[in-house]
Amino acid sequence: MTKTITDVICPFCGTLCDDLEVVVSDDGKKLLEVYNACVIGTEKFLHSQSKDRVTRPRLHQPDGTWKEISYDEAAEYTAQMLAKAKKPLMYGWSSTNCEAQSVGNEIAEISRACCDNTAAVCHGTTLIAVQDIGLPTCTLGEVKNRADRIIFWGCNPAHAHPRHMSRYSIFPRGFFTGKGQMSRKMIVVDPRVTDTAKMADVHLQIEQGRDYELLNALRVALNNEWLPDSVAGIPKEKIREAAEMMKSGRFGIIFFGMGVTQSLSKNHNIDEAIALTVHLNEFTKYSIMPMRGHYNVTGSGEVFAWQFGFPYSIDLSRGFARYNPGDTSSIDLLVRGEIDAMFTIGSDPGAHFPISAVKPIANMPSVCIDPHQTPTSGVSKLHVPVSFNGVETGGNCYRMDNVPIDCRKVVEPPEGMLSDEQFLIKVRDRLKQLKGAA
Amino acid sequence: MAAINLNLISGRSIQQGVAIEGGKEKPAYRTAAGIIELDPSDLKRLGAWKNTNVKVTSPHGSVIVKAMETSQGPHPGIGFIPMGPWANSIVDPNTYSTGMPTFKGTPVTVEVAINEPVLLGIELVQKQCGVK
Repeated sequence: MTKTITDVICPFCGTLCDDLEVVVSDDGKKLLEVYNACVIGTEKFLHSQSKDRVTRPRLHQPDGTWKEISYDEAAEYTAQMLAKAKKPLMYGWSSTNCEAQSVGNEIAEISRACCDNTAAVCHGTTLIAVQDIGLPTCTLGEVKNRADRIIFWGCNPAHAHPRHMSRYSIFPRGFFTGKGQMSRKMIVVDPRVTDTAKMADVHLQIEQGRDYELLNALRVALNNEWLPDSVAGIPKEKIREAAEMMKSGRFGIIFFGMGVTQSLSKNHNIDEAIALTVHLNEFTKYSIMPMRGHYNVTGSGEVFAWQFGFPYSIDLSRGFARYNPGDTSSIDLLVRGEIDAMFTIGSDPGAHFPISAVKPIANMPSVCIDPHQTPTSGVSKLHVPVSFNGVETGGNCYRMDNVPIDCRKVVEPPEGMLSDEQFLIKVRDRLKQLKGAA
Repeated sequence: MAAINLNLISGRSIQQGVAIEGGKEKPAYRTAAGIIELDPSDLKRLGAWKNTNVKVTSPHGSVIVKAMETSQGPHPGIGFIPMGPWANSIVDPNTYSTGMPTFKGTPVTVEVAINEPVLLGIELVQKQCGVK
């Protein structure tokens, strides 16, 4: 007999879909089928069952082979590495739960580490802009029930957040949006004709990197002031049409992604996007929301902020938290060669950092805690596989609109495997002994 | 052979998302992210057939990827490599004091490299880092 577990949370992207159904074997050890998830979420659940999965910690040998060790030995290596390092970097946290993040932050405090999460390569600049001028935002439930103007700026949810449009933003019938997509207008700003842009009422095919100019031009158009013939490659008539469409709604929302945060101008683009949102509130109700990538990157920022006062790029090397992106941020620290030990968890800087920031990792003591084999585990000295959070372990996570949701455990992990939190507790306790902390 | 200059951007694709969850050591990851999506007019300027291996060079490095005709175009003048180690071999690491590298908007040169192989993801990073 099999059993079906309902209302399962998907641990892939920041949409944190909470309506999955998972069929497991009667003994709860085997995951058989996944319903309602997108193709990426389904793959994540099913891959946890793969036969070639690494189930024990392993040390990288000089000849390229791996030597299997116990979790206790792995915790000893990690604690010794952090105890000896003058300036370790503890990076990642976005694919694990808030409970593990909290233990990790204790370790960071004891070892006086630099701490960073994957906002470093996704919405870090958003956080700078939010600290500058604030964020008029809302929840995804409000978007579903109220929003009749949806703007996707520099993001492609059809690929990156596959169920975002069907659950919250375009297709669902909400309380005040009873006709689903028929009651909504959709504007997409992207230099490519993405699969999201193809569905839009208006697609502004912007010249890459000209987001600030176009945001500013829209503000000018809102006030019916003079515009040049074209801005960022968009004719002024089309800008005026988009501005009219934006201000004629009852409730609008701007979702923005990497196109805005990773192009030149960075946080200034987002400053201007938030200013546009504030400006639109002179005409109607508007909100803005970053499209967060990892399912718990928002939670990592929250836990950092509770415990250290800053959401990312934190340097504890002086015994108190300092925050100065560009100086205390992981890519800058790595490129400048200021780090002497690397601790990675729940992320893959090896694949997602520029290569000049990856090379230093290969030349220092390094630990990679990840259920998968990744480019980071490939260049790290120690790889510690752990159970999949959200599949084999429960725990708290934050959706992209800052709503906390508890993930569910649906199957047992392979025998003898630890969760992130259990492994981190071992490291913390050993580190306390080494440092003589009570 | 002609070499063309493009503006490179990187980002998610759904195939890349499936591949990272399916295992980054597998060839499917290379199939999904070891590619550059080009506008049909840029492929013509390059004088290359679809699915030809090309060398993409920027001031920050070079990498071999497979040139594909884009499915999310037209976007003449723009090359798109899905996020992953292939794109990150050549993107601009400069953060301009924000902590965020400039993943979008790197000037690159693309030329045909028909006999050079596209490496697997982990293999590519290990090779560049000098790790076995």
